[in-house]
Formats: sequence, C-alpha cells, structure tokens
Amino acid sequence: MASKRKIATCSLAGCFGCHMSLLDIDERLLELLELADFDRSPINDIKEIKGIVDIGLVEGGLCNAETVRVLQHFREHCRVLVSVGECALTGGIPSMRNHLSLKSCLEESYIRGVGVENAHIPDDPELPLLLDKVYPLHEVVKVDYYVPGCPPSADALWHVLSALVTGRDPHLPPALLKYD
Amino acid sequence: MTRLLETAAHPRTLRRVAIEPLTRVEGHGKVTLLLDDQNRVHQARLHIVEFRGFEKFIQGRPYWEVPVLVQRLCGICPVSHHLAAGKAVDMLVGARQITPTAEKLRRLLHKGQMLQSHALHFFHLASPDLLFGFDSEPERRNIIGVVREHPELAVRGVMLRKYGQEVIKAIAGKRIHGTACVPGGMNKALTVDERDVLRRETTQIIRWCQEAVRVCRDLLDKCEHAPIFGVFPSNFMSLIRADGALDFYDGGLRARDASGAIIFDHADYTRYNRHIHEEVKSWSYMKFPFIINLGEEDGWYRVGPLARMNICDSLDTVFAEHERKLFREAANGGMQHATLAYHWARMIEMLHAAEGIERLLDDPDILGTDLVTKGERSLEGVGVIEAPRGTLFHHYKVDENDVVVRANLIVSTTNNNQAMNEAVRTVAASYLDGQRLTEGLLNHIEVAVRAFDPCLSCATHALGKMPLQVELVDAGGTVVDRLVKGADGQFCDALPTFNYDSGP
Ligand code: SF4
Repeated sequence: MASKRKIATCSLAGCFGCHMSLLDIDERLLELLELADFDRSPINDIKEIKGIVDIGLVEGGLCNAETVRVLQHFREHCRVLVSVGECALTGGIPSMRNHLSLKSCLEESYIRGVGVENAHIPDDPELPLLLDKVYPLHEVVKVDYYVPGCPPSADALWHVLSALVTGRDPHLPPALLKYD
Repeated sequence: MTRLLETAAHPRTLRRVAIEPLTRVEGHGKVTLLLDDQNRVHQARLHIVEFRGFEKFIQGRPYWEVPVLVQRLCGICPVSHHLAAGKAVDMLVGARQITPTAEKLRRLLHKGQMLQSHALHFFHLASPDLLFGFDSEPERRNIIGVVREHPELAVRGVMLRKYGQEVIKAIAGKRIHGTACVPGGMNKALTVDERDVLRRETTQIIRWCQEAVRVCRDLLDKCEHAPIFGVFPSNFMSLIRADGALDFYDGGLRARDASGAIIFDHADYTRYNRHIHEEVKSWSYMKFPFIINLGEEDGWYRVGPLARMNICDSLDTVFAEHERKLFREAANGGMQHATLAYHWARMIEMLHAAEGIERLLDDPDILGTDLVTKGERSLEGVGVIEAPRGTLFHHYKVDENDVVVRANLIVSTTNNNQAMNEAVRTVAASYLDGQRLTEGLLNHIEVAVRAFDPCLSCATHALGKMPLQVELVDAGGTVVDRLVKGADGQFCDALPTFNYDSGP
C-alpha cells in the first residue's frame, strides 16, 4: 500500500461539536487509523503542522487574529482543505454577534454582568485581537470541500474522509446532507 | 506560595514560554510562563483566549429558542447547557415541578452525557499521560498510541462513549445538539423499542465502568507523581440532594472548605448571586468566581468530580457508593486535594451514571407520555445543574414580549478558573523551576490542566479585548475587514506584541 495519508484538524471559533461528531464514527475510528495518520489535532500533542498534510479539516469560523493565522497556516500546509460544519461555512451561531458592536458584547460580560467585581474589559497582550465580526472560512482562503451540518453527522464525516483518504472525490448522498 | 506566581514583579526582564494551543483538552486556551536566566518561574498563567459574546447576542431572542441556541456553546457537553437552560425556561413558564416522566427523561439524558463525556475525557484524552508517562514521546502520548499499545482499553473507551451517545440520541434525536427540553417539559416520549435496545446493554456497560474505575486506580497507584503532583488545598462546591446524596440534575448548593467544614449548605441556587461573585482579570476572558463571604483571595473553589466526591455524603447506587467509600478512605475521611484524584472521582461518577441509567430504564415512568406542564409566567429564570465538569449556572430575564433581555452564564470550567491556575503554578514551582525546559516538562503543566477536564470551549462564551488593528484579507488579496487602534491609542499588529507593563 502507498504511504498513509495525513490528516490535520483544528477548531477555530467553534464549539468542538464537529470534532466530537468525528469521534462519533466510533469503531470506524480504528479503521481510519489504519488508513491515515493524524498530524496537528486537538486529540494529540502536535501543536503545528510539520511539512505538508493531505487533508485539513477545519471546524469553526474566524473570530480573532489567532484563528486567522491558524487558518492561513492550514491552507498553506494542506493539499485539500475541508470546511466542516455551520460555523466554518457561515460563521454559525457565534456570528449572531455580527449585528452588534464588539464593545457592547464585551461590556455585557465584563462590566454589566451579574455579580462582576473589578469590572473592566480584559486587555492583556496575550489575548489575541478580536475581529469585529465572525467570518466563514471561504471569505479568507480557498476552500476545497464543504460539509454542512451542526455538526455534520458522523456518517457524513466518515463518507467524506473515507473518500478523501482513498483518493476519491467525496459526494454526499442526499440522505447525509443535513443542515441542522 | 503559588499565589505569588500570578504576576511577576519585573516582567520585562523575563523570558516568555507559551504552551499553545493546549491540546487534549476541549476548547481553546494557552499557558504562559515567565522565566529568568536561571529558568526560575516568576509567573504562570492559564489564559482563555477566545470570546464569543453569548450573553449579549442572545438578547432579543424569544426565550423558547434559548435551550437550543446555548448548547452551541459546547459540543462536548451540549446536553448540560440544554438542560440548565431548559430548567431556567421552566421557571419562566411557571413549571416549578415538571411531570415525573419529563424529569426522568431529563435525568436519563443527563446520565447518558455524563457517561460519554467522562469516557471521552479519560480514555481519549487523559489516559495516555498515565499509561505512557508525562514526558513520554508526544507521538505516542495520544489516543492513537493507546489504540496501538492497549487496544482493548481504547476499544472500551470508544464503546462506553458510544453507549452514552446512543442514550442521548434516543431522547434528543441527535448525538450532538439534539433537542429534548421544551418550556415546562420534554418534546418526545421514549418508545418501548428504544428503551429495550438501551436496556440490553446495561449489564455490560456497568461492568466495563467498574473495570474502568479499577484501571484508573491502578494507574494512579503506579504513578510516581500522584501523591505530590498538583496537590493544594481549596474550597469545594456542588449541588446536593436534600438528604446529602449527590444529585447531578437538581438540589441545593453546598460548599466545604479545605478541611471539610461546611461554608453554606442547601442554598437555593436561584439566589446564587448571594453566594458567588466573579472577578475580572485583564489577562483572561474567563472570569474568576469566588464565594463572597471569603473574598477574592480566599473564596475560590473547585467544582467537578473531585469536588462532588468530597462534598456529598453518599451516592445512591450500590457499586459507585462502594467506590466512593474507598475514595474517601484514601484521604482518611478528609478532603482529597490531589489534582490527579479528579480522574479517579470521574471514573466513579461514570459508574454511578451507568447504574443510574439502568435504574431509570427499569422505571415504568420512563415510558410515560405526559410530558409538559406549565403554571404562572414569570420574568426571571435560573437553571443550575452539575455538568460533567462541575456546577453550571444559567440565568435569564425576559420582558412581556417573551424576549430575553439579560443573560448570565457561569460555566463549569469558569468555576475552576482559579483552581486551574493554582494547579499550573503548583506544578510549575515544583517541577519546572530552575530546570531546562523540555517538551515533556511542559506537558506536566498540561497534565495538571487536563485533570480538570476543562471545557475551554464553554468558557469562551464571554467576549474580549477591543481590537487595535487587524486586517482580514480574502483569498483574492482584497482587504475585507480592518480594525483600527483601540481606545487607549495603542498599536498592535496581528500577533500580540508583549508589553508586560499593561498587566494588572
Ligand atoms: S457547526 Fe455546530 S457543532 Fe460544529 S462547531 Fe459550530 S456550533 Fe459546534
């Protein structure tokens, strides 16, 4: 068999539900590990992609400078980039803040909040700069495939991944195409 | 002692080391250390670097959307947010007491989630540290390594999690982000077939959970670090049933101090604000809750499995109660303060959840069809549960048009914020201080954070710093967004520059 495919995954402004749905392939996870190796992913301790990987799965939209950096790094280092889940495709629920000013959101939590002491907005340089809106991935980089759903079902993710690791073009059958 | 490491006196003269992103935890966070020339640690902080703003953007939405909306805070424990919001919304529609079937279905749903979440954390995320050693090769130190070297254990973990997810799916329709709670009850009854499919497996699941407790205890027994690693005194808090037994779904709040003495007991959680406030620190989007009477300095506490095992008087299932007694005996009946004991407590809770699932499936009420109730409307609702990671507070105010006007969430991981920082500093002081830093040593810090099973995803529900200047460039090179200088006039490029003078 040719050398194993490499997969990298990351979560940007997402809830990790898409990653959890990937783990929901249950026993098929063992099969996947036969077919592919994991590079950077929250499930291991590889913190940056080394070299080039075949498949990059990105969950979550863009909400701060760090998420933009990670996405660009993924684009540069992944042959195929897959946008996974509503947040990555559209910004998702976090983009509900887009019609509000960032300032009003911050003040709600850190100044006006119930029982808040030492009220002020956190501003340490260690905190990445926030974008004033939440953006979907394809507004910033070229995306090769989109898998909708919040989260996409485990079957849908399995369908896409098993096609990609064996070099086929993934096409979701209508039964797996869900948006909720 | 560790408190001293929160803020260095002369940060500019120090070298910064960052562990970023934290891995094998759920969500986004990082740890930074400031070291001098002799590698002595002067500052250690766990930062939550993401901000979402749920408390704001939920305003203006009708209250019945809330349980479905807020579960998108977290894909690891969506059921927790769904239930806590569901309970708050019950209050809004005056359903003080929901029907027995609705309550039992919710409890079953909750136990399914406790099982899957605890299995995920122990087998998929934390066990590699205990199986291979804190400073073993990073390539091996993950679930894939466990699959290769301990396939039986890995398969157990996968199957336990799968079962918990199937319980959730039977009730909520989907494994992740399903819907079950409606104002005043539940939206669907459990069918006989669904019940039977789940019931068939419980004997096996309970046995596996018993073995998991044993495996975990053995690993901790063998772990040279266990007795000293991240051990520090703290207060503890959790919900408690009227008779003092542990209850994940409902009850009053109890807090104990480091010696086990009661700070408050059976406190009405709808008035949580009389007991707990939250402090803001400039370097994290996650606030720092504390018990008001004890103040910011001394009032912080731990929540989650360790706290619950320390707090409760009993567990109402046989096997888990037996294990709880062993757990308490190991601390000579006092409070268990070791960070790694979180894992042990977590596995006991997983067993407790599995036994509870079996009992609920055998209860005839679980197949009932009387699912919704209501009473007199009110404009304020508070829902509190014990989520897998600890006490979770949801609080909403609505107006006469049924629209949310205020929201306050204190998520489990936020309750552990100061404790996780203490754990980081304790470990930094005892393992890293003065050493040449290696990947393995830095992983010690992550092992300490990981033990809390922090859900940094939940913890980012609140929002962050006014941005200074960031340009967002699209695939074609066009600038689609630009942010300019903040109110303080400071300039920053896309990656933070380090100006430690702006610390607290
Ligand atoms: S798409 Fe849904 S499941 Fe995926 S990260 Fe976003 S909210 Fe979570």
